[in-house]
Amino acid sequence: MSAVPTTSPLQARRRFAGRFGDLVLHGITLAGALSCVVLVGAIVWKILALSRDSFDRFGLSFVTAQDWDPVKHVFGALPFIYGTVVSSLVALVLATPLAIAIGLYLSELAPRGVRGVVGSLVELLAAIPSVVLGLWGILVLGPFLAHHVEPWLHRTLGFIPLFGDPQQTGQGLFTAAVILTIMIVPIVASISRELFLGVPRELEHGALALGATRWEMVRGVILPATRSGIAAAVILGLGRAVGEAIAVTQVIGGGTRIGWSLFPPADTLASKIASNYQGAGSGLETSSLLYLAAILLALGLIANLVAQIIVRRFDPLRGARP
Amino acid sequence: MSRYRRRRLVNRTMEALATVAALLAVVVLAIVVVSVARRGGGAISWDLFTKPQALFGQPGGGIANALVGTALLVLLATAMAVPVGVLTAVYLTEFAPRRLALGIQVVLDVLAGLPTIVIGIFVYALLVIGHVQSGFAGAFALAIIMLPLVARATQEVLMLVPGTLREASLALGVRRWRTVVGIILPSSVGGILTGTVLAVARAAGETAPLLFTSSIFANTVQTDVTKALPNIPVLIFTYSEQPDPALHEQAWAAALVLMAFVLIASLAAKAFFYRSRKKLTG
Repeated sequence: MSAVPTTSPLQARRRFAGRFGDLVLHGITLAGALSCVVLVGAIVWKILALSRDSFDRFGLSFVTAQDWDPVKHVFGALPFIYGTVVSSLVALVLATPLAIAIGLYLSELAPRGVRGVVGSLVELLAAIPSVVLGLWGILVLGPFLAHHVEPWLHRTLGFIPLFGDPQQTGQGLFTAAVILTIMIVPIVASISRELFLGVPRELEHGALALGATRWEMVRGVILPATRSGIAAAVILGLGRAVGEAIAVTQVIGGGTRIGWSLFPPADTLASKIASNYQGAGSGLETSSLLYLAAILLALGLIANLVAQIIVRRFDPLRGARP
Repeated sequence: MSRYRRRRLVNRTMEALATVAALLAVVVLAIVVVSVARRGGGAISWDLFTKPQALFGQPGGGIANALVGTALLVLLATAMAVPVGVLTAVYLTEFAPRRLALGIQVVLDVLAGLPTIVIGIFVYALLVIGHVQSGFAGAFALAIIMLPLVARATQEVLMLVPGTLREASLALGVRRWRTVVGIILPSSVGGILTGTVLAVARAAGETAPLLFTSSIFANTVQTDVTKALPNIPVLIFTYSEQPDPALHEQAWAAALVLMAFVLIASLAAKAFFYRSRKKLTG
């Protein structure tokens, strides 16, 4: 044994094993990550491929056609787009101020001990399965709205066409909107709270030191600083409301009516698909349901991407947060 | 002075409104929980957990078949989603170039935001059309929903692993893969488990992905995943659409069981998460 060789066979083997191990781990993790990409691609491709028959038959006028008649083989999406837009918008109008107020309470007002408890309870509200919320909606909330809230709204605000004659069953667009509100408030509230907590303390203290009241500080500092983030949170909530199928199917009643009043039964894109789960009559009907799913997919993707772009590009606090 | 008083009044009003909003959310949660517990509590019995669903129109029966089916579906979905989710998270935090990481992150967020009914109908198109509904298809659909949740939770905890730990390991000449497998993953196992439990809680209550994949099932206990598996969410959904009050009672009982499981799992996961995060960040 004169000179120690620079690399012994053992070392060489270990080095090779190490490099090999690195490559293998890199490879399989990359495969995992790519499978997510492939999955999203497959979802888009498969849904577009299966809606093809309906698309070839009806083209883009499917979106504006009002009839859904499996017997005559005529299908159109307008009533469901109407139901989706109205239920989601009403839910958003109800939920946004509530959620922002809850976010402000949790970040600025709540005493230390209460903060964690109320925050967790709000998050638990988001954890309730939608089918349970729907069951509650159909058997408890619906009848309550039909017998108390809707008649009252009709009596006091009946001159606005939105509040037409109340329904007997409590199944309808309005009940669906209230259920959706309950579902999206905790989501938007949780994100808002995080945003508000991310506003630099110095800015808040500065405003207070200048003599602003707490509300003036919120309006002058917190809300402007988090505006884009709130917008993103609201859009995420909207995406959730648009895509919710189960709870809405349970409470919305089903129907193809288009009109001003919020109370009668209707259908959303998602609830129309869900209520056909026991199978469609013809190939064309199945394909038309897939066409509805494609519209829903497009809406979901747009809402999601817009929210992400806002969060990543225009949130001035993003970099400042720890 | 009056200007000051007006400002104070506005402030007080706004504070009161915010408090009322928070209170309202808590009250709604309480109302839902209490009304499910009150209506479902009465039907909770030994029979409910041990007997399968009664034949259509007959009295009695329980939800045993649906409980077994849901457990199987979620187990299978977890087995599919957790490995892929963890691998994805490891790739994103340890290997991916910045731009690619950003792209995959966007894809994951998109996947998390897709309407669940769309995922259900995708799996229906992929695995059910031309075949039959199966527990496997249902579990696959649930796995798609769990995947981004597991990946996100794992990623968060991987990023909490102190950089010094990573650097110390590499400085000792330990290979990257051994650093990941031997140091980083073990120290983040708590976070991965939390994420998994949260994803399980979510998947156990999902109905939309199962409607098209595992909804037309037998009244008996079924463990064959090539056939449609009975499950709690679809049972609640179909019973809630029936006019029969006896079925409503069973739906309430099933909803109580499901809700209790989901809420307790979420709470436990959160408590566990804060503990393991404290351990990591000191």
